[in-house]
Order: sequence, then C-alpha cells, then structure tokens
Amino acid sequence: MNAKEIIARRIAKEFHDGDVVNLGFGIPNFSAAFIPEGVNVTLQAENGALKFGAPPTRKTLNPDYSNSGGMPLTMQPGASTFDMQTSFAIIRGGHVDVTVLGALEVDQHGNIANWIIPNVLSPGMGGAMDLLVGANRVIASIQHVDKHGNSKVLDQCTLPLSAAHALDMIITDLAVFEFQDDKLLLVEVAPGVTVEHVLENTKGEVIVSENVKEMDI
Amino acid sequence: MNKVVSLKEAAALVKKGDSLMTTGFLGISAPIKLIEALVEAGTDELTVIQAVTAFPMEEHDIGLLAQNKQIKKFIGAHAGTSKAVSKQFLSGELEVDFIPMGTLVEMIHAGGAGLGAVLTPTGVGTLQEEKHEKVVRNGKEYLVYDPITADVAFIKANKADKSGNLYVYGTAKTTTLQMALAAKTVIAEVDEIVEVGEIEPTDVWVPGMLVDYIVQGLNPAERDEYYGELWAKYNLLQKEAE
Repeated sequence: MNAKEIIARRIAKEFHDGDVVNLGFGIPNFSAAFIPEGVNVTLQAENGALKFGAPPTRKTLNPDYSNSGGMPLTMQPGASTFDMQTSFAIIRGGHVDVTVLGALEVDQHGNIANWIIPNVLSPGMGGAMDLLVGANRVIASIQHVDKHGNSKVLDQCTLPLSAAHALDMIITDLAVFEFQDDKLLLVEVAPGVTVEHVLENTKGEVIVSENVKEMDI
Repeated sequence: MNKVVSLKEAAALVKKGDSLMTTGFLGISAPIKLIEALVEAGTDELTVIQAVTAFPMEEHDIGLLAQNKQIKKFIGAHAGTSKAVSKQFLSGELEVDFIPMGTLVEMIHAGGAGLGAVLTPTGVGTLQEEKHEKVVRNGKEYLVYDPITADVAFIKANKADKSGNLYVYGTAKTTTLQMALAAKTVIAEVDEIVEVGEIEPTDVWVPGMLVDYIVQGLNPAERDEYYGELWAKYNLLQKEAE
C-alpha cells in the first residue's frame, strides 16, 4: 500500500454516519472511496452542492452539476444545490462536521500552511481559509516527509499560514497526531512503523500517548 | 427597452482598464461565449474578479483572457488552474490579490448590498492581516474586508425572459446574484431567451431589474455537447453501462 492510500484509508475512518463532510483536492477526496459500509456521509462541494454522487455518463450528464474541482457530478436523492454565499455560510457558520485538507506544512501548534510557496508556487487558498475557521473538526492530511526526507510535521510552519491553531488532527503516512499542551500528541502509528521512527522523522515536539496504537486501515 | 444584444455588442461594453466580474466555477456554468467575445475584442488592462480561474485540465474561461494578455489584475481565491495567470503572476506581469473564497463572495455581496464591510474570522493569524484590519467583537478576533464592486459583470444563467429575469439551475448559481447586485453594467449570457411571463416568479434567481443586457450563448443541446466533450476528453465521465 502506498503512502497516499494509507492516508486516504485512515482519513475515511474519521467519518461518522450522518456527518456533513467537505474534502479538499487530492488525497482527502480519494478517501471517499474508503468510507466503510453503513457510514453514510453527506459530501459538500463549496461551489454549491450537498449530497452528490458518482460522475455521470455522457448521456446522463448535466452541465450545471459540477464540483469544486470542475468535475461532473450526479445528485443523490436528498441532494440540494445553492449559491456560493450559502455554501460558505454553511462552512463558516459551523454546519460542516468535518473537513479534511491537504497541507504543505503543519506544526505542533495546530497551524497549517497550504496555499502558497512565495515566488515558487502560488495556487491560492481557494476555500481553505474559510473551511479552516468554520468546520467543526479540521483534519490535515500530509505526507510525513518531503522527497529529501525532511519532516513536514514541524515545530513551527515556515510557509505563510492558511490558519492559526486550526487543526484537530494530523494524518500522515506514518502517524496520527492530536494536540496536547501546544505539542503534538502521537496517538497512532502506521502498520510496521515504530514510535521511534515517527519521532526521528518529526521536527515538532511530540508527546507519545500512553495508548498509542497501530492505525486500523 | 430591448435588452437583447449580440455578443460583439456586449463585449464592446467592457472598456480598457475596467473591472469585470464573471460567474461560474473553473469554466463550468461560466459565461464562456461572452469571454470568447471579449478575447476577440482584445480589450485589455482589465481587473478580473472571479472565485477561481480556468478548468484544471486546460486553459479555459478567464484563463483565455490571461493567455491573450488582457488581465492586469486578478482578484480571487485560486489561480493555480490557469497556467497563464500563474505564470504571469510569478513573472510580475499580472498582479493577484488572493482573497479567501467564501470571504470574496461576501465582499461582492457587501458591494452590491450597500454594506460597509465584512467581518470574518477567516484569515486571522495569516498574511491577510497585512491587508485587512483586525478588530475584536464580543471577545473574538475578526478581519475587516472592504466591499467590492465592478464596472461590468458577465453572468451565466440558463434562461432569461426579455425583461432580464434569470432562471439559474443547479451549481450554476455560484456568484450570479451577488455579482448582478455589485456591478454597474450587468450582462447575462443564457441558453434560452423567452417571453416575459414565461418564467414563474418563484423560479427567478436574479430579478430582471438587475440585468441590463442579455446575450444568447450556447443553447441547451450545444452546452450538453460542449461539456460532454470537455469532460470526456479527460476521462471524467463514467462509461455507459453495456
């Protein structure tokens, strides 16, 4: 199982039956494929839809059913569409149970950076800054180290933040962290990964939970 | 007053240096024929206000204006899907003011609704604090974002009656109502133009009094074909069942 699939499978365990969920691009979106049977979540697209389903076929497509990635959608029974002011009122007003967003860096203070690398890459924040302050539970998904082996789970983010003290959980391909006393609380390790390995690859201060366990994926 | 004009006439309403709002999302449910006509007209030094830029897989929507070097400044939440916007921003040719998406919509609403500003916790603790004043209300920190208005808005709707009432379907609603309120000149691109009285009052999303001009865009069958092609090209549709 590759790093992305480990993260996506673990994210899917965070959803509860009945949750309203907003998933960011990439791995978070991929996690929808691993939601356990019997857990029904309502997915939100920030351009203005709730309770959408799989893509349509060429025959069933509707050019005005699309998601926040510009991809075609079908609507499930009970779906609704609305404008973006309503969509972000749902987000900012605390009506979204869980959001999962990809990150460039995260840190022990619950900070997240995911919108710009100055002078290198500047896609923009999209809906992330509103989601980070508005969703009831905020989970960051990130590959634990970069291609040079440097930790992306830090003591302090170096890139411009998307939000401060916003995270409730970090899910990586090596570990799951919560927060305690302004430090990372290691609660799970990936299958075959030791606590020592996680500690060696994490730049932030870590408290190892007494109940640290293996990820159930 | 006859509000129905040609695409060329509509594009000519946008002047050099104008601010232009456009609806839709990543080129889907977007006023693509008006944008094409504006590319044709070549009007430049535009400030374009839109939540996002182009379709992720190819240059599209307002990305085409950037490709033709018509945009001086982009105000929006995301530019990464337009290669032209991203490249011109990094090289300094094009200015970008990044505003969080849900906040941008509220700023446009404020601009059209006569409100003085938007207060939101969005952006507290980030670089947004350098551009937007921080205030405390009831013990909580907020940033103050000023209203946004524009010279012209390109609005996409499914149907217009000749008085300008607009019917908007599904996820096409995006920022149509807010931009119709916030721009001085509002031009609607629609799939169908019908007689006054043919749209039920309760189905009107944008009241006709806010709409100055109407243009015929792709008709419904042509739009199904256009987006069917676009999505099929990048394998985003499911295969038909055997």
